[in-house]
Amino acid sequence: MKGKQLLKEKVIKNIFLLSSLTSIFFLIGITIILFKEGLPLFQEINLKEFLWGKSWYPTYEPAEFGILPLILGSLWITLGALIIAVPLGVSTAIYISEMANPKVRDFLKSSIELLTGIPSVIYGFLGMVLLGPWLQKLFNLPVGLCSLTASLLLALMAIPTITSLSEEALFSVPKDYKEASYALGATRWETIIKVTVPAALSGIGSAVILGMGRAIGETMTVLMVAGGAAVIPRSFLQPVRPMTATIALEMGEAVVGSHHYYALFAIACVLFVLSLTLNLTADYFLIKFRRTS
Amino acid sequence: MKKRRYKEKIAYLFLTLMVSIILVSLFMLFYFIISRGVKVISWQFLTEIPRKAMTAGGIFPAILGTFYLTVGAICFALPLGIFAAIYLSEYATQNRLIRIIRIGINNLAGVPSVVFGLFGLAIFVKYMGFGVSILSGGLTLGILILPTIIRASEEALLAVPPSFREASLALGATKWQTIQKVVLPSSISGILTGSILAIGRAAGETAPILFTAVTFYTMRLPNSIFSEVQALPYHIYALMTEGTHPESQVPIAYGAALVLICLVLGLDLIAIILRNRFRRSKKW
Repeated sequence: MKGKQLLKEKVIKNIFLLSSLTSIFFLIGITIILFKEGLPLFQEINLKEFLWGKSWYPTYEPAEFGILPLILGSLWITLGALIIAVPLGVSTAIYISEMANPKVRDFLKSSIELLTGIPSVIYGFLGMVLLGPWLQKLFNLPVGLCSLTASLLLALMAIPTITSLSEEALFSVPKDYKEASYALGATRWETIIKVTVPAALSGIGSAVILGMGRAIGETMTVLMVAGGAAVIPRSFLQPVRPMTATIALEMGEAVVGSHHYYALFAIACVLFVLSLTLNLTADYFLIKFRRTS
Repeated sequence: MKKRRYKEKIAYLFLTLMVSIILVSLFMLFYFIISRGVKVISWQFLTEIPRKAMTAGGIFPAILGTFYLTVGAICFALPLGIFAAIYLSEYATQNRLIRIIRIGINNLAGVPSVVFGLFGLAIFVKYMGFGVSILSGGLTLGILILPTIIRASEEALLAVPPSFREASLALGATKWQTIQKVVLPSSISGILTGSILAIGRAAGETAPILFTAVTFYTMRLPNSIFSEVQALPYHIYALMTEGTHPESQVPIAYGAALVLICLVLGLDLIAIILRNRFRRSKKW
């Protein structure tokens, strides 16, 4: 009886252990699949041609697989999104954690949570039917679907990540710091800007990097509103084609086993490595923040 | 001093302005979807199949497809996620393996959704031969929401006070008996809340099902887990990008968008209400 029960306990423990290992298993699986399906491309062209090539004509004869415009497209609209989202998101975090009374705080927090819940296809849809046409009229553009439209929507999608994590960081700054500052005669604003924000800076940094990761990996919104032109971006009013949109758009028509198919997986490798790097950087900042406060 | 107060006022004004910009955007988003979507929605719209090459009729197959895909994702991810969380919170000690597992979970959560789609395409659709189907799409969505479920469940499990476990162990119960009879019952509400939020996310995702489960033009309703389906988020995308009659397709897309938002936010709302209710009823 005793032995049987011990065995049962052991089996159950191992089932739980195996379940917790599945996340790593999937992560490794994703890595292997992406590289296995992406690497055959490099029998045809070399890595430099792929990453630095300026033209993406996957279906031409002969086909060209230069993804520089796609990488720059992704970075360009992400940059635009951050320029908009960082001031908005961090300001809101400061407002929530330092200024708002409990009722306002709860209201703002749930509003931000509401933004997180909205599916990305909805943002893309509104971009196509409303925001795009508005911007087109406003700036007198040939088409309203351009990198500015994408950046605006991505900003709205990155704001919840940036706000909630920054707010957490600001909130966990020890009270002593602020009280010491008040005791020296500083005003509330001076305390916020000279004590609280600097103390939370690595936490806020981590929030911004995660927001950036969200923007770079976002697919449906940019697929619908970025305009889709695979050219090197030179202005925010010009259409671009980010990496995610390229994969989503062309995977359906690429023949399995063709160079085009391999190239799309190779793009996914680049995207995967990029977002992994961002995540690990964010983790690093967060650990640093936890250690200092 | 006067100058400093003045500066503070300006700074507060700026912060308030930033917050208002976000609130106004949120309000406009809902305003347009609701005001234009409501005009389209009717009982027929929700229960009929599309007609005349998607320019008329309802969105019933898309609603049904989203339901099937979400159920598939839950069946796969919920047990796995809860088991993983139990290991992390009840059995694990701080060592290298656990650190690696945590890094794995964090990074899986950061993988772009379209990459999940490619993974699903290569593994489930092609390698395992499930084809473009509910099964492939459900599994892909399941992997996508796995990290969310693990984190939420772990948080709920950790909220159970250690004294509960100690009392049970002191009575001679084994670890598994303690988990089964004490820890899980006291944390189930928290686990459910987190999982409902994850389900909402699965229902709204498009990119992972793009190559694994969905189709735009189908006249039949799915009849097995190997059928391809329509899905609400994809339906909105397809209405906007395919087809040749935008003037009749855009209103349908507004209707579908409203249904999708109600579905996703409805789930969120249920989760939040549950959370508040359980919080109040907890005595520790």
